[in-house]
Amino acid sequence: MAAPLVLVVLAAVTVRAALYRSSLAVFIAERVEVASPLNAWKRVVEGLALLDLGVSPYSGAIFHETPLIIYLFHFLIEYAELVFMITDVLTAVALYLAIQDFNKVVFKKQKLLIELDKYAPDVAELIQTPMEMHYIPLKVALFYLLNPYTVMSCVAKSTCAINNSVIAFFILATIKGSAFLSAVFLALATYQSLYPLTLFAPALLYLLQRQFIPIKLKSKSFWLYTMQYTSLYLCSLVVIICLSFFLLNSWDFIPSVYGFILSVPDLTPNIGLFWYFFAEMFEHFSLFFVCVFQINVFFYTIPLAIKLKEHPMFFMFVQLAIISIFKSYPTVGDIALYMAFLPVWSHLYRFLRNIFILSCVLIFCSFLFPVLWHLWIYAGSANSNFYYAITLTFNIGQILLISDYFYAFLRREYYLTHGLHLTRQDGTEAMLVLK
Amino acid sequence: MAPPEAAPLAGRRKRKRRGAARGGAGGGMAAALLLLLLLLAAGPGPGRADAGQERRDALREELLLSPLPTGDVAATFQFRTRWDADLQRGSVSHYRLFPKALGRLVAALGVRELHLALTQGFWRTRYWGQPPLQAPAGAELWVWFQPTVTDVDKAWKELSNILSGIFCASLNFIDSTNTVIPTASFKPLGLANGTDHHLLRYAVLPREVVCTENLTPWKKLLPCGSKAGLAVLLKAERLFHSSYHSQAVHIRPICRDASCLAMSWELRQTLTVVFDFFSSGQGKKDWSLFKMFSRTLTDTCPLASQSKVYVDISPKTKEKELLEVSPPPTSVHEAVVQGDKKTYAVYDLLSPSLFNTSRSLNVQLKWKRPQDSSEMPIPTLHAQRYVAGYGLQTGEICTLIYNTHPYRAFPVILLETVPWYLRLYVHTLTIITKGKENKPSYIHYQPAQDRRRPHLLEMLIQLPANSVTKITIQFERALLKWTEYPPDPNHGFYVGSSVLSALVPSVTAMKDMDVEQSPLFTSLFPSSDGSSYFVRLYTEPLLVNLPTPDFSMPYNVICLTCTVVAVCYGSFYNLLTRTFHVEEPSRGGLAKRLANVIRKFRGVPPL
Repeated sequence: MAAPLVLVVLAAVTVRAALYRSSLAVFIAERVEVASPLNAWKRVVEGLALLDLGVSPYSGAIFHETPLIIYLFHFLIEYAELVFMITDVLTAVALYLAIQDFNKVVFKKQKLLIELDKYAPDVAELIQTPMEMHYIPLKVALFYLLNPYTVMSCVAKSTCAINNSVIAFFILATIKGSAFLSAVFLALATYQSLYPLTLFAPALLYLLQRQFIPIKLKSKSFWLYTMQYTSLYLCSLVVIICLSFFLLNSWDFIPSVYGFILSVPDLTPNIGLFWYFFAEMFEHFSLFFVCVFQINVFFYTIPLAIKLKEHPMFFMFVQLAIISIFKSYPTVGDIALYMAFLPVWSHLYRFLRNIFILSCVLIFCSFLFPVLWHLWIYAGSANSNFYYAITLTFNIGQILLISDYFYAFLRREYYLTHGLHLTRQDGTEAMLVLK
Repeated sequence: MAPPEAAPLAGRRKRKRRGAARGGAGGGMAAALLLLLLLLAAGPGPGRADAGQERRDALREELLLSPLPTGDVAATFQFRTRWDADLQRGSVSHYRLFPKALGRLVAALGVRELHLALTQGFWRTRYWGQPPLQAPAGAELWVWFQPTVTDVDKAWKELSNILSGIFCASLNFIDSTNTVIPTASFKPLGLANGTDHHLLRYAVLPREVVCTENLTPWKKLLPCGSKAGLAVLLKAERLFHSSYHSQAVHIRPICRDASCLAMSWELRQTLTVVFDFFSSGQGKKDWSLFKMFSRTLTDTCPLASQSKVYVDISPKTKEKELLEVSPPPTSVHEAVVQGDKKTYAVYDLLSPSLFNTSRSLNVQLKWKRPQDSSEMPIPTLHAQRYVAGYGLQTGEICTLIYNTHPYRAFPVILLETVPWYLRLYVHTLTIITKGKENKPSYIHYQPAQDRRRPHLLEMLIQLPANSVTKITIQFERALLKWTEYPPDPNHGFYVGSSVLSALVPSVTAMKDMDVEQSPLFTSLFPSSDGSSYFVRLYTEPLLVNLPTPDFSMPYNVICLTCTVVAVCYGSFYNLLTRTFHVEEPSRGGLAKRLANVIRKFRGVPPL
């Protein structure tokens, strides 16, 4: 199993190394789809230059990385390309190991449920076989490493790759069942980009499930474990933030990083929904709509936790997708992370309703982004609405893709318990509807 | 020198007093009493003050006419009011020559030095040579406050608003987004104890359009208004029909005498205008006062203690006298100005001989033979700035600084103020001289904050002899909120001129001059020693286009984006709240049941 992974890694490194040496690297680094104000490499370099000039990097509106990133690149600026390649490879390996472990868990659970006769008798074809599951970890690594979005993100040296890596390690730690490491990596991810805060819920659910603690509000052990995990998370978050404070000896980074993420002052176009909306917003409604839009990321967490409490990994996937759709400065790197999980749900393929159309939408939009950007910014023959229209379509595509997967997942769960061949009371073939 | 009208004033007051006494004896008691009361209330105060102050303020006015190498003519008016009083004490209540509006302002807001310039057009240093006083296009204001001022920002805001009212200019648009605190470029020009730069504020409004409405209040500050003296030439219809127009007000404290034990206040009002005769005057470079201003000088301002017209007649080449001025000047003044030996024909308007021969003075200049323009002198220091790059995403500001001195290198301080919506990347800053990187010996950079503060970049750069230094810095253009664009967004956004301050080594040695005796145009900037002179240059303002949103569709955008959010909400809501059910044959809707009732009546089997 290791040999194909090494091959994939080698291929990925070769592609990246070739692109770094080509003239495309500059072009990709300038693309607004790849580098947002939050994670553009140009801004990291600017932050370091400001530090060299003796100016606090947070005194301006250019630099929004966390202090740990400055210190990381303060020493590694010469090896930046290497750092980003290694980060990508580490992410892929972490995802590979995580999914490998997850598959074992899934398989065990499936076996247990079959032995307990929880499944309907005619669902044999829905059961995941070890043969099918064997290549899933490799496919996940492949999907992450050779996804054009990841490649571009890496070539542009967007620090999004580092955030993804932290999240991947968090998932690995969660799946391995290490509450401490999971909390630490979750705190790091939160510290880096705030939104992974919502991944707290699926991680907790997964860990509870692993510890065989029933999720009941009246159960004492549930509350005990929750408190334990929460305090671990909060402690590591406090430690990391204090460490950042001692690195720069000022709290300036809090408004400059988190304030910047939450209040969306930089309206540079990107693939998200925020920029044009707030460029066109009436001033006195601005604050209200910032709240409305920011709440979207956090809003779905609790209902999803209730609905998917038995399936925390799928919850994690949906939550990652929601973050990448509704975060204030999304880039293609964020999308690449949740897309890496698509092979894990390959058994849902038969229930997906419009996967063909949605993949076409996403692919065509990806090609249209640079075209319409060129028409607007360079040729002057289009205006901002053209680019905006594409971001809307792209986001609709993502939303429908995720809800399609969600639908397929729920439907499969229903079939597993109720049998694949449903009949009506009068014995005819039945239709399945959401009510 | 005592102003000539002091005596008549005193006399008039005496007569009035006598009149009042007579009136009281004669009749018309009510009127007389009223007059008496008025006199008792108002009379003695100024009377007492007059006695002390008569000799304590003085007005000097002068006009410098200098033909420029390209054939244009520059006219520089300077009106200097000097007042030996301490404005800051607050005891001053009677103003004579010094405008009360400005005096009160200085006293109330704790202003130490104030420099305001309103300019239309751009001084082309490369072709016109070093100006006596340059100003950037638009409005420029820089102020040093007293160390006693606690809240400098508040005083600055208040000051800019008051000045906006006084000069009818849009100075009230000065706010934190265009105000900077330079650390090295702007030193106090007058007396100063400390130079703590936190007391300094500097702002430029490059978009400001200067017009008659700004000239009229400026003229009103002159003791004689535009009624007499040199100010009669200031007619708006001529002044604004020019290629460069700059009017300025400088207030500063100066030494009262050579020992510098006491302080005086100086108000300088300057106005520089460049007339383009070469293109508008049928290719002739000859000019006269009448041609320029459609007025001639007829009398002097009775309040002025000095009133002179200087005409630059310095020969370009030593052997040939190329031009002649008429009428013959009262005297000839030779001086070294900005490193060049200059000869000036002087007309002293106060000398009685001048107006004896003719009733008016119309200075004329004629070129004896056409001048070949190939031998245009190039100033030692000049600069040029432009925006490079294409598209609306990124760009580059390039500044070229020329040092044409044949053998001397000198340092120059460059001040660059860039609004926040052009996001400068200081790591892309490159300074290249003669193909090699030139490292600035001092650099002060303050990055911008969105909607709060502009970028400020100050550098001390050494310019080698006979070199061109190219400074480039890249920027990114921001997309603004639709309400932040001006009414004509595709016109572009102005970036104020960058400021170059330098001590330029002089080719000719300069003599130390007595400041009080020398012509005004040489004495605003302090000269350090004989070997160099101070120059402050402004480069071109830049016009930069930003990407614009579609201004016509805020509602559409709000609707469409919210729809996308609602699509997400809707589909998730469906999946989260509903569960799968097998579709059972329903009992039918209301319509079906109604149909069945009717069918029952008809005796037909139900549906």
